[in-house]
Amino acid sequence: MRILSLAGRRLAASIPTLFLILIGVFLLLQLAPGDTVDALMAQMGGGDAATAEALRKFYGLNLSVPAQLGNYLWHLVRLDLGFSSIYGKPVATVILERLPPTILLMTASLSFAFFFGLVFGVIAARGVNRWPDTMISTLGLIFYATPSFWFGLMAIVVFSVYLQWLPPGGFEDIGTVQTGIWRVLDIAAHLVLPTLTLGLIFLAIYLRIMRASMLEVLNLDFVRTARAKGLDETHVITRHVLRNALLPMVTLIGLQAGTMLGGSVVVESVFSLPGLGRLAYESVVQRDLNTLLGIVFVSALLVISVNFVVDLLYARLDPRIAAEG
Amino acid sequence: MDLSRLEINRRTALLTSAAIAANVINPMRAFAQETPRKGGVFNVHYGAEQRQLNPSIQASTGVYIIGGKIQENLVDLDANGQPVGVLAESWEATPDGKTVTFKLRKGVTWHDGKPFTSDDVAFSAMNMWKKILNYGSTLQLFLTSVDTPDPQTAIFRYERPMPLNLLLRALPDLGYVSAKHLYESGDIRQNPTNLAPVGTGPFKFVKYERGQYIIADRNPDYWRPNAPYLDRIVWKVITDRAAAAAQMEAGELHYSPFSGLTISDMARLGKDKRFIVQTKGNEGNARTNTIEFNFRRKELADIRVRRAIAHAINVPFFIDNFLGDFAKLGTGPIPSTSTDFYPGPNTPQYPYDKAKAIALLDEAGFKASSGNRFSLRLLPAPWGEDISLWSTFIQQSLGEVGIQVDIVRNDGGGFLKQVYDEHAFDLATGWHQYRNDPAVSTTVWYRSGQPKGAPWTNQWGWEDKTVDATIDNAATEVDPVKRKALYADFVKEVNTELPVWMPIEQIFVTVITAKARNHSNTPRWGSTSWHDLWLSA
Repeated sequence: MRILSLAGRRLAASIPTLFLILIGVFLLLQLAPGDTVDALMAQMGGGDAATAEALRKFYGLNLSVPAQLGNYLWHLVRLDLGFSSIYGKPVATVILERLPPTILLMTASLSFAFFFGLVFGVIAARGVNRWPDTMISTLGLIFYATPSFWFGLMAIVVFSVYLQWLPPGGFEDIGTVQTGIWRVLDIAAHLVLPTLTLGLIFLAIYLRIMRASMLEVLNLDFVRTARAKGLDETHVITRHVLRNALLPMVTLIGLQAGTMLGGSVVVESVFSLPGLGRLAYESVVQRDLNTLLGIVFVSALLVISVNFVVDLLYARLDPRIAAEG
Repeated sequence: MDLSRLEINRRTALLTSAAIAANVINPMRAFAQETPRKGGVFNVHYGAEQRQLNPSIQASTGVYIIGGKIQENLVDLDANGQPVGVLAESWEATPDGKTVTFKLRKGVTWHDGKPFTSDDVAFSAMNMWKKILNYGSTLQLFLTSVDTPDPQTAIFRYERPMPLNLLLRALPDLGYVSAKHLYESGDIRQNPTNLAPVGTGPFKFVKYERGQYIIADRNPDYWRPNAPYLDRIVWKVITDRAAAAAQMEAGELHYSPFSGLTISDMARLGKDKRFIVQTKGNEGNARTNTIEFNFRRKELADIRVRRAIAHAINVPFFIDNFLGDFAKLGTGPIPSTSTDFYPGPNTPQYPYDKAKAIALLDEAGFKASSGNRFSLRLLPAPWGEDISLWSTFIQQSLGEVGIQVDIVRNDGGGFLKQVYDEHAFDLATGWHQYRNDPAVSTTVWYRSGQPKGAPWTNQWGWEDKTVDATIDNAATEVDPVKRKALYADFVKEVNTELPVWMPIEQIFVTVITAKARNHSNTPRWGSTSWHDLWLSA
């Protein structure tokens, strides 16, 4: 019950933010020169003025900007995301189709980054300023500094072109129709390289945070007490230090859920995955306002819910937070 | 992966390498000896998804590359660039040029089993080509009706003379037929058939997963005997050019059309025996790089300044160092690939001559103060990396004669809006895509009176009565010889006045697997139906 009321309060608090974001994006896109008909003309390679005018009427662009915005918000209040001009389908359908690859990729790479960040962070903290720490920190820096498109392309060249171990792109094999477990395995094989590419950059951040937070907690009094009690080092780390050191990591997940959605445009393009990032990019280039606003809306909802889960996790990890909340 | 295919590959590996060796010695004979093989899946790179796939309502290569296999046109071009019947078997025009009669092929059915008749042609012409199709609406402006006395005859009636050779060169692109029974009710643009096309072509639409792939399978009831050879075509959506090149190398793609890869990747794959990289088969999709002048700037309204700018740029140097074999020196708006209309290089030209450029600018009265005469805003179109390189080259070349150039980059929609609607440019550069007849694609760049906002038309603030008259006369001249002469006059006139300078000619580049046979055998091959394409083992 307390969770529900907390969820309700959170959602109510984010509604104004949500509307501000949507109006902001709408107005920003009005500043960009050209509309979806110009973009379509660019794609078609030309057309006469009468065609352009007919198309503007068709897409509802002959209305004034405030009227268009009003129309949009009025539809949104009734939970109608509108019609996509590039896809010719309701925006909700378009987004629903694109959501699974994005969520799969996002959870896979976040989990990858979180898990290995944690492991390497602990190893680095335990061997601070000795060779494991130096090695891990240097590798982390390299991953962090490398652009993801380059990583992705190199991964394709090595693992798909030369070694031919993994498929170079796409979400699943089109040539053969697979079902059940084989389809799952096929999709998993297609996601290995994109997950690594997207995850490696985040891995670097996670391991740095984990290392710092471990070092901090290791110096606290209760750790000394635990050691004084005669607990062995493994116990001290897993039972006492780790749990306390995890808090900043969990915060980071909440923050990065949003970044992951946006950050995957590059990875999705390189690996030809049909995700939300690419959809967003396409809708900007094609000036498909409804789709773009729909994506902003869904992403915002996603970030809000992830952050809500993160808050609940805090309470699990550190009971003091729940007692005050 | 298909295991049986792998096995065949292994077994025939030796044979194939022997065949390649033979090709090197005598390619023509080696091809002639091979018997076409049925079967196989052909994977095509699809770089930019379109909003719909029906070529009757959208004329662009991005639609033809898919819709052109499913739907068919009345006529297409043969290996020599001459019109050849597809859904039309024969045609004739009355001497006044106002009536053109097409005799249609018998026994052709749509993929849903209904017969193809002249009603379909009349419906497509009057409701799609004339009303919706880009370029088509200009071409068919004076089409008044299409009569259908019997199911195999379609009579096109025009208010003004329609040169038969113009119509026949335009129809390969602008003459795709859609099924009347699927489109007659409701808004044509919103018809769901546009995304699941039904045609008479060699391949039947199967599935479209947005953002991922499109599949079409062999049409067993196709009207050409023994065609097509392929079992299936898969178009894979890959937006990243470098990733597409990697997929070619990994064997996941067989064909990347219309310069779909980066210039450096195309050059690299050209040295790889597994691929053929060539411009052949794309002659019908020639384009020229432009420099468009805005006459609203007083400096650019002076013809000496426009000529000085043309003289200041070392085009051969640019081509040699940046575009390589994929481009050549252009001579104006009609490219040399257009055998019917190319007037030859003896029209006014502006070879690189820095001293002359400086002299012309001085003569025009724009003296340099501290090295700078005046500044210009250059808007490059975002269509290809060649335009980006070219705009930087223009900037540096003009800098050397004292004109400072600021490059303003936009995406596609923004570029068209700023140049062709808001006229917020001094110089613009992009592609002029030539579509086999100047009246279809080219004269709108020069004819005055274009409505504001129409992309790729004369928005320069320039008007010339002589040029207008030449354009109008050529558009309705039914005698092919006189028409060609009129277009030669046109090129001379616009190269003299120079509202737009078109100094580079390019043809799209094809990257295709060396296993493909019967490919690139017509001037617009990427857009054609591929009924005779096959893959050797």
